[in-house]
Amino acid sequence: MRARSGGRGRRAFALSLLVATLAAVFAALLPAGIASAEGESVRGTLQTSRSGPIAGITVTVTDSSGSEVDSVETDDQGRFDIPLPAGAGQYTVSIDSDSLPDGVTLGPQGAERTVTVDNGRQQPVNFGLQDGSTGSGGSTIRAVQLLVDGLRFGLIIAVCAVGLSLIFGTTGLTNFAHGELVTIGAIVAWYINVQGGVPLIAATLIAMVVGAGVGALNELALWRPLRRRGTGLVAALVVSIGLSLLLRYAIQIVYGGFSNPYAEYQSQRAVNYGVFTLTNRALATIVIAVVVLVLVALMLQRTKIGKAMRAVADNRDLAASSGIDVNRVILVVWMMGGALAALGGVLLGLSDQVQWDMGFRLLLLMFAGVTLGGLGTAYGALVGSVIIGVFVQMSTLVIPDDTKYVGGLLLLIVILVIRPQGILGSRARIG
Amino acid sequence: MSDLVDALLIGVKSGLGFQAIFFALLAIGINVHFGYTGLLNFGQIAFAMLGGFGIAISVSQWGLPFWVGVLVGIAAAVVLALLLGLPTLRLRADYLAIVTIATAEGLRLLFRSVSATPVTNGTRGLSAFNQSFIALAPWDTQTRYRILGTSWSGGELWVALVGWVIVALACLLVWALMRSPWGRVLKAIREDEDAVRALGKNVYNYKMQALVLGAVFGALGGMVYAVGTGSAIPDQYQNANTFLAYAALILGGAARVLGPVVGSIILLFILQFADTFLRALISNGVIPDALLSSTDVAQIRFVLVGIGLMLLLVFRPQGIFGDRREVMLDAR
Repeated sequence: MRARSGGRGRRAFALSLLVATLAAVFAALLPAGIASAEGESVRGTLQTSRSGPIAGITVTVTDSSGSEVDSVETDDQGRFDIPLPAGAGQYTVSIDSDSLPDGVTLGPQGAERTVTVDNGRQQPVNFGLQDGSTGSGGSTIRAVQLLVDGLRFGLIIAVCAVGLSLIFGTTGLTNFAHGELVTIGAIVAWYINVQGGVPLIAATLIAMVVGAGVGALNELALWRPLRRRGTGLVAALVVSIGLSLLLRYAIQIVYGGFSNPYAEYQSQRAVNYGVFTLTNRALATIVIAVVVLVLVALMLQRTKIGKAMRAVADNRDLAASSGIDVNRVILVVWMMGGALAALGGVLLGLSDQVQWDMGFRLLLLMFAGVTLGGLGTAYGALVGSVIIGVFVQMSTLVIPDDTKYVGGLLLLIVILVIRPQGILGSRARIG
Repeated sequence: MSDLVDALLIGVKSGLGFQAIFFALLAIGINVHFGYTGLLNFGQIAFAMLGGFGIAISVSQWGLPFWVGVLVGIAAAVVLALLLGLPTLRLRADYLAIVTIATAEGLRLLFRSVSATPVTNGTRGLSAFNQSFIALAPWDTQTRYRILGTSWSGGELWVALVGWVIVALACLLVWALMRSPWGRVLKAIREDEDAVRALGKNVYNYKMQALVLGAVFGALGGMVYAVGTGSAIPDQYQNANTFLAYAALILGGAARVLGPVVGSIILLFILQFADTFLRALISNGVIPDALLSSTDVAQIRFVLVGIGLMLLLVFRPQGIFGDRREVMLDAR
């Protein structure tokens, strides 16, 4: 194998690098981000998760001398945007708290905010309205709410991580660039949806096709030539880190450092299901993820290519000698992994907005899930990811919200002490 | 033309300044882990963060003397190395990689969280802890000195001088250790762990000792960085720095005593030179603003590092000085 790699492999590799460079150049020519440079203003949205956007509330802005600048009512999206003709300075923004709907109360800081507006800045103002959905209502209900949120988050991780686990199983590659597949999916869908005006569902399907293409490009342009050269697994791991850095910062250059929402399904009212509340988009996320994961499981269990995937993951040489085209199976795994990661990216962007490093931040939790379930097994990735998602969300019952990822990473380390092969992994894999 | 000369000079200064020392010490530590022992530590920046915050917290929060802070930082790094090594050193190489990267990210999130604010001052970090060290400088730290066309403040010069002395001592130590019987066992572990075990050596202990030694180098690097910038902010210790240190190590040549040092100097020079020169070209209009704006330059550096890391690993894994046979590692 290694002896005949020779010049052809090297030329193919150089060619694919050239193609990748060209692609990067074209990507750099695309318009970057959205620019909005107008005058100074204060803006914000009045909403809570249960009531949804609150329309018709009077918002008044006064300047530092106490004279009124303007007074508007929030629109049907709950938004207000008040221009400040006098420019930068200190302003007081207040809302008419008497007209708030039933059940919605002011936050601890009251109905007034004093803000300092810089030159050219659209100053966001947050009133922190409360609707009793957090804090009060008893800890059992909060636990159920977190369980459902965790389930949603875990299913998103699972959709993203199936590819990661299968790629590891079939090629032995610990792919640190998998998070970027997630980001690319989310951002492609964002460009098509927000700038192209295509409905999000269609945009997601296109993004999944693009994700499959990026996965295939990964395999054909980089990893297959490297395997042919006989590059070691550790070297390949470091190469994937290089690829991750390259893609992540290229994405930041093209897309910018902001977080942007999709055009649709944004201001939804949470529906009350008794013990927990859920927006329709969160419900749809759970349903889509479950359906997709069941389809993946069926494919692995029933179809010819699915069986071939499991065979290659189990024992590559044995699979090859029984007539399975291993390279073709690996290519399909990459395409499937890329498409699923793109879908996971859109689902994540739907709840957390689209950001340039969203995939990288999810990567460690994906690794945690995959390791928990058993590196290299497809079902292990599902089980492990859901457990990690639920654990991360539920841990906020006892630890502060901004340290919840630390809990997930700690769980990963604890698992490695107790059961390094993971829940569904086999002992032989840990070496 | 003057832009080019300016960029070259700024690049040279960066290649000799405290940031190069920071990456050199990180990379010396990674060299002990990865180059000599074959341990995949991707959380080196966590040790640096503990080193930097060890000084910062001791001096500005607890009011302890500077040198006690240094000891606190080193002790914290040793404890973290032991905690990390205990569960993972018996496992395959990529498990250590995942756990160390997770730890580094987790610790950074913890240090910048609201609940850690009373100790670490959250995202704003700590400052004003290096005066007693800067005051030790034998020259005036307020005036600026010109050396080879570059301008240094007295404080910068003092930090750089002490830093390079630490780097030299670290290199000397690594050189002496690696030609001792202890070092030969480490290299043997890298080549074939089972064979070493068959000879009756306790592989686990040797790996643990290597992990702790490299962690201490990482902590010293973090201290130089914290003292050099005069502040300790959790977000300075991003994981990308670990990867930059890996790039420096592989560029210079893994498993070579001077590989990480030369690699760091060259890497910092290239990064700073590219940064300054690109900015100059953009402000002169040589590169049109539509293609690349000056805010994108900081990201271009990481893109270059990513490409460089991939090309090096694929075409010249031994770097400048390395021996190809010594760096053809596999995950067992």
